[in-house]
Parts: sequence; structure tokens; C-alpha cells
Amino acid sequence: MKTTLKTGRQIKSGKALMPWRRLTVLIAFVCFVVVLAGRALDMQVLHSAFFEQQGEARQLRNVTIPANRGDIVDRNGEPLAISTPVKSIWLNPQEFSAEAASLKKLAALLSIDPSSLKKKISTYKDREFMYLKRHVSPELASSVLRLNIEGIALQDEYRRYYPAGEVAANVIGFADIDDNGQEGIELAFDEWLKGEPGRKQVIRDRLGRAVDDIKRISPSEPGKPIRLSVDKSLQYLTYRTLKAAVLKHNAVAGSAVVLDVDSGEVLAIANQPSFNVNDRSQMRPGSTRNRAVTDVYEPGSTMKPLTVAAALESGRWRDYYKVETGPGYMQVMGNTIRDTHNYGDLDVAGVIMKSSNVGISKIALSLDAEQQWNMYHKLGIGTDTGSGFPGEATGRLSTNALNNDFERATLAFGYGVSVTSLQLARAYAAIASGGYLKPVSFLKQEHPPQGERVMSAETAASIRKMMQQAVSLKGTGKQARVANYSVAGKTGTVHKFTAGGYAEDRYLSIFTGMVPAENPKLVMVVMIDEPRNGEYYGGEVSAPVFSKVMAGAMRLLDVPPDSVEAGRLVLDTRGKNTQHPAATVSRQLNPAANGENT
Amino acid sequence: MSERQRIVSITAVLFVVVMVTAIGLVYSKHKTRKLFVELQALNKEVVSLNTEWGRLQLEQSAWSDRGRIEQIAREKLGMVIPEAEQVAFIKP
Repeated sequence: MKTTLKTGRQIKSGKALMPWRRLTVLIAFVCFVVVLAGRALDMQVLHSAFFEQQGEARQLRNVTIPANRGDIVDRNGEPLAISTPVKSIWLNPQEFSAEAASLKKLAALLSIDPSSLKKKISTYKDREFMYLKRHVSPELASSVLRLNIEGIALQDEYRRYYPAGEVAANVIGFADIDDNGQEGIELAFDEWLKGEPGRKQVIRDRLGRAVDDIKRISPSEPGKPIRLSVDKSLQYLTYRTLKAAVLKHNAVAGSAVVLDVDSGEVLAIANQPSFNVNDRSQMRPGSTRNRAVTDVYEPGSTMKPLTVAAALESGRWRDYYKVETGPGYMQVMGNTIRDTHNYGDLDVAGVIMKSSNVGISKIALSLDAEQQWNMYHKLGIGTDTGSGFPGEATGRLSTNALNNDFERATLAFGYGVSVTSLQLARAYAAIASGGYLKPVSFLKQEHPPQGERVMSAETAASIRKMMQQAVSLKGTGKQARVANYSVAGKTGTVHKFTAGGYAEDRYLSIFTGMVPAENPKLVMVVMIDEPRNGEYYGGEVSAPVFSKVMAGAMRLLDVPPDSVEAGRLVLDTRGKNTQHPAATVSRQLNPAANGENT
Repeated sequence: MSERQRIVSITAVLFVVVMVTAIGLVYSKHKTRKLFVELQALNKEVVSLNTEWGRLQLEQSAWSDRGRIEQIAREKLGMVIPEAEQVAFIKP
């Protein structure tokens, strides 16, 4: 090698070069090669892992695949909460660089002031991630991307919409921007609704955005859907009627619950005030509460049928037994219990119909304290309904009444005890179902639960008869009547308990009832808090709400009428086509349509 | 002959096996990539169909909003809920 080189040079140049020049060049080249080889060794062998990782970090990136949150639908499958895919625009302040013109365009697209956008970016300049705007439409997202600004990228997310809006807002609650349940059903079943986000590896381009998927590390598991027991149509009707009543009476708040008697399902649960669940910027803290479940109050006279249940079950009372209520007041342990009028002698049914405090107190005091207290307890007063709804109140059924006759008498007409509307509805559903206390559920039930027997079917039927009289034209709840259906119910007007004791002029107006009275399908509780427009009796304020909702509910649920009013036109085609086979069949199939009371 | 031929034939067989598995590997890699691309395309379609589905569901619930239906029935179509006196019950 050396020799040939020498010869070549000698031939070409024709004279010998100085030997040190050649040597210098040679040494320089050798050094060069050694340095290169050394660096190559360093990078390829000694630190290969480090450089590989660095390369991948610049090129490849693991991103999360968002999981779809499960839908919430009503009992007929109509959507109440849906998640739809949207984009969120984020920015890496480390990589971000934009000319003034494109920054201006960006600000215009995001409808932010350019200077505040600049300020926002500079406050986060030490970070590697900041959101520019979350939950934007795919169209807006792609026009932002078209600006080709370095460091801006998109992220897939889901946005939650609530088609029923304020009508069901207090029940369904809502999930926050990161899809975590915050209130209501969204909170109670968060784990079930929430999906498992997956991960995938993507290639990033020079601007730092994902251009291609490489592989899936783990797939995303979508959340599971929930079918509520709520009926959207009935919910709307209940909400609208309640809202109208709260407005009409200038009330502070209100709640209404409709329960299915057979299954214990909540068919509708409405509250006032409510809130716009799709735009929560104007939301006031108190308005998100599902008052029917979270707020307790004294049930007042609506407690009386439960007291009568205890009396009938004790065997000491029958519905026709008389009780002396004159002169309209009585003394118990030095305290006076009053009626609004002197009703004289009333039978047990009359005590319910006229809602006599004196009468019910005398009935209660004739019982053993345990008998009375146990009946309330068995009916779920002061106990959790088991609905699992977040923030459910248990109410309070104090044991003081066991040793104090005055407390026991007031307990008999619903003071010194607190319940939620849902609890009250559940207790009344036991009377409606012929004596079975059933768990209440916000989820659609495939099989109606058996429930627990808390009173005999005869007692339940007897109380329903009494409550039918309470909504007769002579009763306190006559405005609760529903055309063509028999109704049983009880009014309640309760002095509000405030910091300074019972308020003289502030009331709760309550109505609880069931339809059809003979064989109830639905139980409804209406509670309106502090009506301030003159009327305040439960029979004036809440009973009309019950009547309107139940009339609509009977139609919506196709319940055959059981009490077509006497003197009303009834076309009887039986005489004309007795031979018609279809007529015979449908008469057999639909015994209720035959009308037992005509 | 036998020893040398045996080695040659074994080598030949192994060579063929190696070639087959090599081609198989290439083929399956290729197929994986193709399927992955297809999967990506389908995933994109899933996302866009889901978006569409969500949008349609929302649209449907907006149109079928009970309040809207009631308002149209009352105001545009002049419908009313019949009074109790206006209802006749027909017994079969």
C-alpha cells in the first residue's frame, strides 16, 4: 500500500514529496477515523438504549384512546344522557411558535382576545401541555389545525349531552368535563358508566401532531349503559305540572315522586328549583339537589293513615268504630292538641276524611307505644329506602315517643318525625300494594320484587277506602280527584319548622295519593315548600298537581278507567252485536273494562 | 455417496424450509400491516358513525321534546285535552 502510493505520487508529481507532509495527513486521517469510530461506538453500543428512547420520544408517542361513557336511557330506551365525540385543542408551550398573524387567526377561531391568549401561553411556558379549548366541534378543530402552527395538536374526547335538560336534571345529575360523575345517577353509577380508556402508539410529525397509528397497546373499553325506571313522558308531565304549581303559588321549592306500586320503580321524580344541565355556568348550588330524596320534612297529616294502619293491625280498632273529638281540642301532658273545627263524634274513616288531630291522637294513645312506633318503622319511616341515590337522607323517627304520650300523639299526626318524599311514597306504596313494603329503585326492574309484608291486605284495603273518602267532595283533598278513576289520598299542611320553632305563617303543602284506589297502579307524593300566594292547604296547592299528573299518567300508561261517573254517557254496544266474537274475547281479556261499579 | 448425499439433501430440505418460513414471515408481516391499516380505517369509520349516531339521537330528542310537541299541538294544531264531559266510554 505504502509502496504503491509512493510510486504513484512519484510518477504523477515527478519529484519526491517531503515525508512529514504525508505523515501529517495520514495521522490526521487516522485521528479522524478513531474519533468517528469512538463516537459511533459510544452512540451505537454504549448509549444505544438512551438514544433509541430519545428518538422514539420525538417520533413515537403514547396517547390515550378515550372511552365512551355509557348512555343513560329511560325505561323505554329514550336517551337521557349521551356522549358524543368531540375534539379538544391542546398546545405544547415548549414547541409552540407562531407568527403574529397566525396567532391572531388562532385567537379569532377560538374567539379569545389575542393578547390574553399570548398571556395564557406565557404563563404556562414551563409546561409541556395546556388546553387551548376543550370540547370543540370537529370542524373548528380541523380549521385550527390548518393554520399549521407548531406545537398545537388535537385530542379526542367525549362531551355529555342531556336531551331532557332541566326536566330530569336533578335525577340524572351530570358528569364534569373529564367525564367524572358529579351528581345524581351520574355519580351513583359512575363506575358502571365509566369506560376504561385505552392506549395506542402514534407517529408524530414535525409539528408534534399524531399522523399515523402504529399499534394499539390496550383497547378502550366503552362504559356500560343504564336503563332507568323513569318514564320520560311521565317525567315531563310531572315536572311541568310541579313547576307551574310552584310558580303559581310563588313557592320556595317543591318535589314530586311517582312510584309504580307493583315494582317499586320510580317512574317520575321532579324537583323545583331545577337547573339547565347542558349549560351549567348559571347553576346555583341549591338547584342541583334532588329534594325528593335529599330533603327531609315533617309529614304532618299524611302520617295519619299510617297511624290508622297501626290501629287496625292491633285489632283494637275497626273503620266504623267511633271516636269522640269534641270539643275540638284535648290536653295531653299539659299540652293542647287542636282541630280547626269541632267535628264531634267521628268514626275512624271520618278522622282521616276530616283530618282530625284530636281523633288520631286518641286512637294512637289507645295503642301500645311499641305497636304504633313499630308500624312507622316497618313502613320505612326514618330508614334509608335503599335507592342508592347519592346524598339520600334517612329522615328521623325518634324513640322518644315510646316514653312520652304528648310526643306520641304529635307523632300520630306527623310532627316530631322527618321523612323524604321518596320515603313517604314508599310507605304509601305499601298501603297501595295490599301490605307489601317494596324497595324503591331508580333502575328498570325486570322482575317485580316480592317485598316484605308489613300489614294485612284487609288493613291496606280498609285504609284505601278511608282515603277515598278523604278525596270525596266532603273531604280535604277533593281537588285531587281524577275523572273516571277512583282516587285514594291524604292531604297534609304542615307548619314549617324554623330556627325559632314552628312558623305561624309558613307552611308545607303535601298530598300523597294513589290511583286507581281499588287496585292502585301508581302512588304519588307532591310536596310544595312555602306557598306564598294566599293558598297554603295541601288540598289547595298540592292536590291539583296530583290530579293533573295522574290524569295524564292513566292515559300514558293505558290504565282502564274504573270509576266512570254516574249519569255519564256510556255507549253500550253489547245489545247490537252480542254475536261478535271479538267483543266476547275482549270482554274476557279485559275484565276491568266491564266496570264492577256500574 | 450416501454420507455426502445425505448432507446435501438435508441441507436442501432445510434451505427450502428456511425459505418457506422466511417468505411466510414476510407475508404475515405484510398481512398484519394491511390488516392494521384496515383496522385503522374501520376505527375511523366507527368514530364517525358514532358521532353521526350521537348527533342524530340528539336531533331526534330535540324534535321529539315533549314540550315542543305539546306546544305545537296546542298552538299550531289547536289541539286540547278533552274535558271529562267530552269523553264517552264504549263498552265492548
